[in-house]
Amino acid sequence: MYSFEIESPVSVADAVAALGKEEAQALGGGQTLIPSLKARLAAPAVLVSLSKIDEIKGISAADGVLSIGGGATHASVAAEAGAYPALAALAANIGDPAVRNRGTIGGSLANNDPAACYPAAALASGATIVTNTREIAADDYFEGMFTTALEDGEIVTEVRFPIPEKAAYVKFEQPASRFALVGVFVAKYPDGVRVAVTGASEEGVFRWEEAEAALSGNFSASALDGLSLPAEGMMGDLHAAPDYRAHLVGVMTRRAVTAAQ
Amino acid sequence: MTKVTMTVNGKAVSKEVSGNTLMTEFLRDALHLTGTHVGCDTSQCGACVIHVDGKSVKACTMFAAEAEGAEVVTIEGMANPDGSLSVIQQAFQDHHGLQCGFCTPGMVMTAAKLLEENPSPSEHEIRDYLEGNICRCTGYHNIVKAIMAASGQDVSGIAAE
Repeated sequence: MYSFEIESPVSVADAVAALGKEEAQALGGGQTLIPSLKARLAAPAVLVSLSKIDEIKGISAADGVLSIGGGATHASVAAEAGAYPALAALAANIGDPAVRNRGTIGGSLANNDPAACYPAAALASGATIVTNTREIAADDYFEGMFTTALEDGEIVTEVRFPIPEKAAYVKFEQPASRFALVGVFVAKYPDGVRVAVTGASEEGVFRWEEAEAALSGNFSASALDGLSLPAEGMMGDLHAAPDYRAHLVGVMTRRAVTAAQ
Repeated sequence: MTKVTMTVNGKAVSKEVSGNTLMTEFLRDALHLTGTHVGCDTSQCGACVIHVDGKSVKACTMFAAEAEGAEVVTIEGMANPDGSLSVIQQAFQDHHGLQCGFCTPGMVMTAAKLLEENPSPSEHEIRDYLEGNICRCTGYHNIVKAIMAASGQDVSGIAAE
């Protein structure tokens, strides 16, 4: 690693001030950033650890919305997001127990790894990403692989998930890393169904709108008969070729719809 | 450099560290607690699992500065106060839950948290919870057996394979 200083503010206001310094970078749970620093893929002068900021760790449900602090760990979400069982189950299957004790929802959404689980949940739920300066709709937040609408120094303080009538997340795990080779989150709301796909596209998480339209009329796996995605634009690597990923999107979507019944 | 103060295995410690000092480096190099092993250094193998404020974490993927004020327990803190092996450690010995032993500290630390959360886990639950702990000797069978035995379950029917 290159050398840097670490600061550990205890309030969002102090963290924002610290992030205003030259070459400062926020550190969530570090489960992605620390390996990146070891690989010398980042060279901050100051790391601003967000893990001592208690005001962004709360989880609460009210008026049909589950609000999760950006600093809540995956383990906390798994344990405390009972109001939205599909989301709690998603959190309970990220990484392994030790990783879940450090990694945070805010860190995951800020990083927007193309194979991360949380972006699929946020997009399929039509969540609102709340930062220290504004509220961003999930549809406007994800801008491509490792790219989001966040500005420099902006911190994800809270994520608000409208709680659906039915939902499920199903992922096909890459057998070595257990990251999602393809993951699909399906959520049924009174005004329609949303389907978000992670792990598949070169553009990162996306909504499969043809499937949404079909499922909004008939929320059953059979409503997807005949629907498929083209291989064009899908990621390809030694674990899965683009056409295989496209195929898996259909399979995972059908399984998610069945699991959500 | 930053000064960090924490409790490690019940003892207060205070040291100057660099921002990029990992918990593995802090424990092994500054405190000479070399029971916390570094296998992959990429947060996959679990040989470096320790407990920070009661939660299992991978010490290779946490900075020492982040443990300011924390209660830390390492494998050196797992034996009974009289120096005898804890129930989990004894079960690993009794059931030969190790081959080369390199992964064992992390296995014991993870197993301790599993049994706190789930005092009587099934074989499937144990294997699932050990997802982040890799035994490169592939000695999982006896590791699972040792953890089941440590939980007080009868393992006489589990044949060695």
